[in-house]
Amino acid sequence: MPRMTMIEAIRDALDVSMGRDEGVVVFGEDVGYFGGVFRCTAGLQQKYGRTRCFDAPISELGIVGTAIGMAAYGLKPCVEVQFADYVYPAYDQIVSEAARLRYRSNGQFTCPMVIRMPTGGGIFGGQTHSQSPEALFTHVSGLKVVEPSNPVDAKGLLIAAIEDPDPVIFLEPKRLYNGPFDGHHDRPITPWSKHALGEVEAGHYTVPLGKASVRREGSALTVLTYGTMVYVAEAAAEETGIDAEIIDLRTLLPLDLDTITASVKKTGRCVVVHEATLTSGFGAELAALVQQHCFYNLEAPIARVTGWDTPYPHAQEWEYFPGPARLGEAMREAMEA
Amino acid sequence: MADQPPLSLYVPEPAVRPGDTPDFSNVIIPKAGSVDRPPVDADPESIRDLAFSIIRVLNRKGEAVGPWSGLLTPDELLEGLKHMMTLRAFDARMQTAQRQGKTSFYMQHMGEEAVSCAFRQALEPGDMNFPTYRQAGLLIAGGYPMVDMMNQIYSNEADPLKGRQLPIMYSSKEHGFFSISGNLGTQFVQAVGWAMASAISKDTRVAAGWIGDGSTAESDFHAALVFASTYHAPVVLNIVNNQWAISTFQGIARGGSGTFAARGLGFGIPSLRVDGNDYLAVHAVAKWAVERARRNLGPTLVEYVTYRVGAHSTSDDPSAYRPKAESDAWPLGDPVLRLKNHLIKLGAWSDERHTQAEAEILDTVIAAQKEAEKHGTLHSGGKPSTRDMFEGVYEEMPPHLRRQRQQAGV
Repeated sequence: MPRMTMIEAIRDALDVSMGRDEGVVVFGEDVGYFGGVFRCTAGLQQKYGRTRCFDAPISELGIVGTAIGMAAYGLKPCVEVQFADYVYPAYDQIVSEAARLRYRSNGQFTCPMVIRMPTGGGIFGGQTHSQSPEALFTHVSGLKVVEPSNPVDAKGLLIAAIEDPDPVIFLEPKRLYNGPFDGHHDRPITPWSKHALGEVEAGHYTVPLGKASVRREGSALTVLTYGTMVYVAEAAAEETGIDAEIIDLRTLLPLDLDTITASVKKTGRCVVVHEATLTSGFGAELAALVQQHCFYNLEAPIARVTGWDTPYPHAQEWEYFPGPARLGEAMREAMEA
Repeated sequence: MADQPPLSLYVPEPAVRPGDTPDFSNVIIPKAGSVDRPPVDADPESIRDLAFSIIRVLNRKGEAVGPWSGLLTPDELLEGLKHMMTLRAFDARMQTAQRQGKTSFYMQHMGEEAVSCAFRQALEPGDMNFPTYRQAGLLIAGGYPMVDMMNQIYSNEADPLKGRQLPIMYSSKEHGFFSISGNLGTQFVQAVGWAMASAISKDTRVAAGWIGDGSTAESDFHAALVFASTYHAPVVLNIVNNQWAISTFQGIARGGSGTFAARGLGFGIPSLRVDGNDYLAVHAVAKWAVERARRNLGPTLVEYVTYRVGAHSTSDDPSAYRPKAESDAWPLGDPVLRLKNHLIKLGAWSDERHTQAEAEILDTVIAAQKEAEKHGTLHSGGKPSTRDMFEGVYEEMPPHLRRQRQQAGV
C-alpha cells in the first residue's frame, strides 16, 4: 500500500475526485501553477488543465463567493483558503449564503462545495497562521465541519466531503501535514511513512462524515478531541499511565454523539481537549452534551484543556499550546476527583 | 507647518433635504439618441465615454431615436408595457396587504419597473439572474405565476419556500431567478461564479448579477469585478442606481467617482450608463451586454440611472430624509408613462385602451390575490408546518436536528 504524508493524501483525494467527476474544480491563492503553499494541489493543473485547477486573486470573499455560484450552477468546487486565519473576509458568504442556500430556496439551489483550510498552530506562525476557528463554523446551521488527523482519514473524508451534497468546511491541521505531532516540540516527529495511518489505499474510498473513530480503547477516562490533539492525547495517556479512551471526532458537525456517550458511560470520566481558545469553544458544546446525556454516569467534572483565551502568540507558542503535560495534569485531576 | 490649518473631514450631503425645493440640476441628461452604439467587440478603451453619459432612446415627444432604437416590435413593446403595469398593480396590492397585516414586510418598485422588466426580455431560457429584492419584474416578465409570488409573500401553506424566507425573497430556478438572500451585495460575486462555471462547462448560458448603488460599497462588488475581469466571465453586472440607499443618498457610496459605471473602467470592463426609466434603452443595452457575454467577450457593467419613487420598504418613511416632491422633479420621468406615450405615438395604443388595460390587469392581480389568500396569509389560514422548519437544512437530516424536531413535538 502506498505511504503518503497528509499533503499527499489530500492531493490524492483531489486527484481521484477530479478524475471521477468533471464537475470538481479546484482553485485558490497559489493553487494552480505552483500547487499551493503547502503543495496540496501540486500537479493538478498540469493534469486537469487550467480551467479545472487555477490561481485565484487574493480575495477569500471572491473565492468562496464565486464557488457558491459554481456550486449553484452544478459544479463541485473544492476551494482552498490558504490559512484558516484568512477565512474571515469570506465569512458572510459562508454563513449567510453557502450554509442557507438549500434551506431558503427550498432545495431549488444547493451548494455542494468544500472549503479546505490549514488550521491550528505549532509552526511558529503567530496570530495569523495558527488559529483554530472551527467553532465559528460549528455554530452555523447548514454547514458540515470536518477535521482529519491522519492521511488515511484525510483522503477518505475529503472525497466524502467533495461528494457530499452540502457545504463542508474541511480543516487540515497543518502541524500534522508531515507527521503525527504529539506536542513534544523538542523531539523529532515520526514521519507518516513510519506510521500505520500513513498507509493510504490507492484509488477511491470514503470515510463517512459524522462518524468518530476510537483511536485508543481504554476504561479509565474518555478524551474527546480532534486534529493535532489526538496525538497529544496519545502521549498524555502513555506518560500518565492512565488507561484513557481517545476519541478522534473527525467530523464536528454533524457530531457522532453515539460514540461519545457510549464511551463516557463506560469510563465515567471525560476530558475535552482542543487547540482553539476556551470560551465558547467547541469543547463547551461537547461538555454540555456529555453532561446532558451521561450525567448519571459521571464520576468527575468534565474538564476542558484548550488554548488560552488570548490571541495566538509567537514567542510563547509552547506556553499557549495545550501539550501533553497540561492535558496529563487535567487527566490526573479527573481521575482523582 | 505652523501656518497650516488643521485637517477637516469631508462628509458628502445631498443638495436638498425635506422642506427644500427638489434639485436635479447636477444630473446631466444627454439628448435621446445622442450616444453612439459601438459594436459589441469594441475595445473597452475606445468606449470609456459610455460610463459617463446616459444612453437614451425615447425623447420628450415619445419617439424612439438614435442608434440604440429599433430592436422591439410594437407588440413586444406592448407586452413590456403590460409587464410594467402588472408589476405596479401587484406592488400596490401587496403594499396594501402588508398594511392590512396580511404579511410582515414588502418592497415596491415604483419608478424602477423598466429596469427588470426590459432586462428580462434580453435573456434566453437557461440564463440565470442573481437579483436583489427590487427586480421582481424579472419574474413577472418571465412568466412566473403571480399567485406563487403572493404565496411566498404571505408565507402561507402554498409558499414555494415553505415559510422560511422573508417576503419577496423569491427563488425560481426554472425562471432563471436565483434565491434572493436579503444580505446586500453577496449575490453579485456569485453571479460571476455561475458564469465562470458555465464557461468551464463549455455551456452557452450566461449570468446577470444585480446590485444597488448603495451596495456597490460592499467588498463583494469589488471582488465580483476582479473575478469577472480576470476570467472574462460571461456575466452582465447590473447596478441599479435609484439615488437612495434607504435614507443615504448615492453620493455616500459613490464617493469621488464620477459615476458608478466608471468603477468598471479600472478593471477594463466595458461600462455603460443607461436611462433606467426608458424601457427601450434598458432593453437595447441589456441585449448588447448579453450578446457580449454570449459571444465569450466577457463581462459588461451597466448602471441604470433611475429613481426610487416609493419608500425603501414598508418599514421606511422617505419624507424624513428627502423632499416630498422630489420624485415629481426626477428628470427621467415615469417609465410606464413614457412607454405608453411612445406606443400612442406609434399608433399602437390609446388612452382608452390604457385605462381598459389597467382595469384588466387589476382584475388579474386581484384574482391571483384571492387565489393566494385561499391558502392563508401570514397570521391567518393555512401556514407551512413546524416540520417544514426542520427540513431542508441539509439534504439528509442529521441526528441532532432529528432530536430537536422530536423535542419540538413534530
